[in-house]
Amino acid sequence: MTSTATNTAPVSADQVTTWRADFPILQTQVHGKPLVYLDNGATTQKPQVVIDTVSRYYETTNSNIHRGVHHLSEMATVDYENARAVIRRFMGAASDKEVILTSGTTESINLVANSWGLDNLKAGDEVLVTEMEHHSNIVPWQMVTQRTGAVLKVVPINDAGEISLEDVRQLITERTKFVAISHLSNALGTINPVKEVIELAHQVGALVLVDGAQAIAHTPVDVADLDCDFYAFSGHKIFGPTGIGVLYGKQALLEAMPPWQGGGDMIRIVRFDGSQWNDLPYKFEAGTPNIAGAIGLGAALDYVTEIGIDRIAAHEGLLLDYAQQQLATIPGLTPIGTAKHKASIASFVVKHVHAHDLGTILDSEGIAIRAGHHCAMPVMEHFGVAATARASFAFYNTLEEVDQLILGLNKAVEMFG
Amino acid sequence: MDLRELYQDLIVDHNKRPRNFGKLDDATYFAEGFNPLCGDQLTVYLYVDAERVTKVQFEGEGCAISTASASMMTEILTGKTIAEADALFELFHQVLIGEKELDDDTTSKLGKLAVLTGVRAYPSRVKCATLAWHTCQGALHKKQEAISTE
Repeated sequence: MTSTATNTAPVSADQVTTWRADFPILQTQVHGKPLVYLDNGATTQKPQVVIDTVSRYYETTNSNIHRGVHHLSEMATVDYENARAVIRRFMGAASDKEVILTSGTTESINLVANSWGLDNLKAGDEVLVTEMEHHSNIVPWQMVTQRTGAVLKVVPINDAGEISLEDVRQLITERTKFVAISHLSNALGTINPVKEVIELAHQVGALVLVDGAQAIAHTPVDVADLDCDFYAFSGHKIFGPTGIGVLYGKQALLEAMPPWQGGGDMIRIVRFDGSQWNDLPYKFEAGTPNIAGAIGLGAALDYVTEIGIDRIAAHEGLLLDYAQQQLATIPGLTPIGTAKHKASIASFVVKHVHAHDLGTILDSEGIAIRAGHHCAMPVMEHFGVAATARASFAFYNTLEEVDQLILGLNKAVEMFG
Repeated sequence: MDLRELYQDLIVDHNKRPRNFGKLDDATYFAEGFNPLCGDQLTVYLYVDAERVTKVQFEGEGCAISTASASMMTEILTGKTIAEADALFELFHQVLIGEKELDDDTTSKLGKLAVLTGVRAYPSRVKCATLAWHTCQGALHKKQEAISTE
């Protein structure tokens, strides 16, 4: 791995063609037209190596882990724990004990809200989120602040879809105990200054959870460099399977937190007069986990590492710049989310054409985008729209696909204009 | 797949120029409808006199399908009794969710609404076409006392 060397040179079209060949679904057609998949913010496609890894597990290794003495169980356990080590290296965690495998970002956030939140928050404490959060980084904090009497505060966004560090500085007080912030906004594409926010939060002793669901596949993530207390992401947004996710937490914090869910694997001794919890990370992994998912995620992260997240970011930057420039030529189109620091996401509305109609018309051309509120209703409210259309890119997208999108949008405008 | 089967001229026209659009100040019944999946919301207002709908209006924001369906509903329900409105909703709904076949008899009963049956080929859009109708039913029945302005 060459994580220290950055390679941001333009990626050749031939290189993208080679990458695309790794993804069987990108060779398929939708409604008789080649699939143009621009809904990577919702979920990414899976390379053959991930599909094969998951299949091979079920064909050759399928077994329960951490409990069998037989051969298959030992192999499955090794594969599962190897995947954890891959994840640890990918995000720069210090120890496997800091890598909790969950079902996804949502479960990771709920774990922290319930375990750390219910144990530590009390009336009058404050939890800070931003206006651009996904519902899964708002609602768990609403639930836990309601139960504890703590107060949920919101960092506002400006009309470009950015937060200001000045607002953060003012909103973080001695009462602030926790900050939950997205690394990369799924509705706007904004990259937040998370490192600076973490520094401000730590000055008052508040902890910070970074929601990395969107960021993980598009920008380098190093939890040690960020110094975040928790980092959450989902496997399916980085070319891995659905139903597997990660919660990184600093070891000392995780040690002090009570388990969230009880069950098998998370205990050392169970007696009716009291049970003892297992060590990290198993304390937070009750029940049989998504073994195939974890192993598939390990394969996905190895695949991304081989390509290089810097090259991915460079190519996607080019795609986004080109897309934004071309979108500006569509009559009546307003971009939603024009932050200075952005990645992979172009949200917009078109006058007289509802996002859902755009979605249906583009679909008839084989182009998949997302239309709706993107689980970020407060963002929609800020911009005074009910829904936006969103094209979200991955490294396997091409400039020609952006052209297809623009052709489709022009067709929609013609139909409804 | 022919988009024109979904976006027929009548639908495009009703979307562009929705009929009976705006608040009805003396409504006897109204309800707000919301599709949490897409964020579409609209309010349906009815004036009912002696069990007969004499005026229907709506306001809100939605896609072409939901706007056209709401607009056409306001026209088609005007003059109908509540019982007739209920029966038409039932028929329309059954057709859209695929519980009832679109034969000649059904098509003639649906009248203009038949242009909306193209959504059957787009399962994710059926709710767009029925949002105004569900809202209308909510106004006329479920929350009658609570939302009556009289």
